[in-house]
Amino acid sequence: MPATAQANVIRWYAGGRLRPPAFPGMAAGDAWSLSMREAEPQLRSADDLRRAAQMAAAQRGDRAAYEALLRDCVPLIRAVAARRGVAAGDVEDVVQDVLLTIHRARQTYDPSRSFGAWLRTIAERRAIDLLRRTGRQRAREVHAPLHFESFADERAGPADGGPAPSGRVNDALANLPERQRQAVQVLVLEEQSLSEAAVSTRRSKGALKVNLHRALKALRGRFGAGDWS
Amino acid sequence: MTASPHDQLIYGLAADLPPVRRLSPPLLRALTWLAVLVALAIGLVAFANVDAAWQRISAAPDLWLAVIGSTLTAVLAAIAAFELSLPDAPRAWAALPVPAALLWIGASGFGCLRVWVAPASHVAVLGEARDCLIFIVLLSVPLSALLLVMLRRAYPLYPGLTAAIGGLAVAAAAATLLNFFHPYDAAATDLVVHVAAVAVVIAANRALGGRILAVPALGRLDVTAQAVGSN
Repeated sequence: MPATAQANVIRWYAGGRLRPPAFPGMAAGDAWSLSMREAEPQLRSADDLRRAAQMAAAQRGDRAAYEALLRDCVPLIRAVAARRGVAAGDVEDVVQDVLLTIHRARQTYDPSRSFGAWLRTIAERRAIDLLRRTGRQRAREVHAPLHFESFADERAGPADGGPAPSGRVNDALANLPERQRQAVQVLVLEEQSLSEAAVSTRRSKGALKVNLHRALKALRGRFGAGDWS
Repeated sequence: MTASPHDQLIYGLAADLPPVRRLSPPLLRALTWLAVLVALAIGLVAFANVDAAWQRISAAPDLWLAVIGSTLTAVLAAIAAFELSLPDAPRAWAALPVPAALLWIGASGFGCLRVWVAPASHVAVLGEARDCLIFIVLLSVPLSALLLVMLRRAYPLYPGLTAAIGGLAVAAAAATLLNFFHPYDAAATDLVVHVAAVAVVIAANRALGGRILAVPALGRLDVTAQAVGSN
């Protein structure tokens, strides 16, 4: 594939939001339709006819034509895989699957039909196969070697260093007036909602809000930090 | 062209490129298999009491409807299986034999009522029904083998579905041929046995055939190609 055409494919699929245009080897009219073997000869572009001829030559055993054709297919397969939502790391697996499939199925290709449509259908199916495979794998396995270092274990007890405030914060809280301290305790540390807190403290929501704001203001002043908002 | 991670694989695949004969259109391949079936039927007719079979079938509309249904199912399922054996075939081909199969099952099921409508008919007893089962299953083995060999020349990407539809074609064909050797009227026991036989044939085809089709005839060549490719 010429470099410009390759760049076109990449540009087309980079956005991903727009309806993708045809492969360089296909006429716009028969691209991405759901029906799989509807390409009509008069709609086929010169590229597609060339690929069909290369595949016909490959069926006769022409190695050079086959090699050129397969190289030509790689970016097209990548584009289909990316379009189908295959993760960047898995795209090359799809390419390999599709190349092997083309090889095994090369006797089934009929050169009177569009090569682009044939390739696209196979690539889409192989991409879906891979998505199913990786989906199943993800459902069964967790791949997170540093997971235990990055995330808190929710089942860990308070001895592991739960949400208990540190000494400095404790001191600051103890110095607050009783009502403000209580507001911080229930709304911030215990993470109760305003209504829950109102019930548990038997105080009005408004009073709790005012006390919380005053407490936070006091704490902000005490620690002298600007990032407490 | 920049170097691609697939250069080795492509080189390996191209190095292993014996000329292949392009497959005929699927319809033509299906007709080839059906021609073998017709030849088999003609051979079997020599041993069968055709007049008796004809009289029995033409006398009851549900019987000849069932025969039409099973024959159509065999033809349409064979076409669908050969279409599905192509890697780019839409899966919708699997629906092609469904209406015929419904006619076949419906007409056979209607035959069950005969036990009450015409109690005098000779209804198959269990021993005779077992013969039907054996006939269908035994006839299905060579028919399935031939079909799988032919399907395997293509490369279905839905091997299980393709093999199951092929199994339906085989079972329907065997059930059609059974009519030559079936001196009984349809009845519940008979129907159950037929359904069981058809289910066995389809399930066996799906399980074994699906596995066979997953590695088609040209597949083995790739082992060497892949080895070259990964080196």
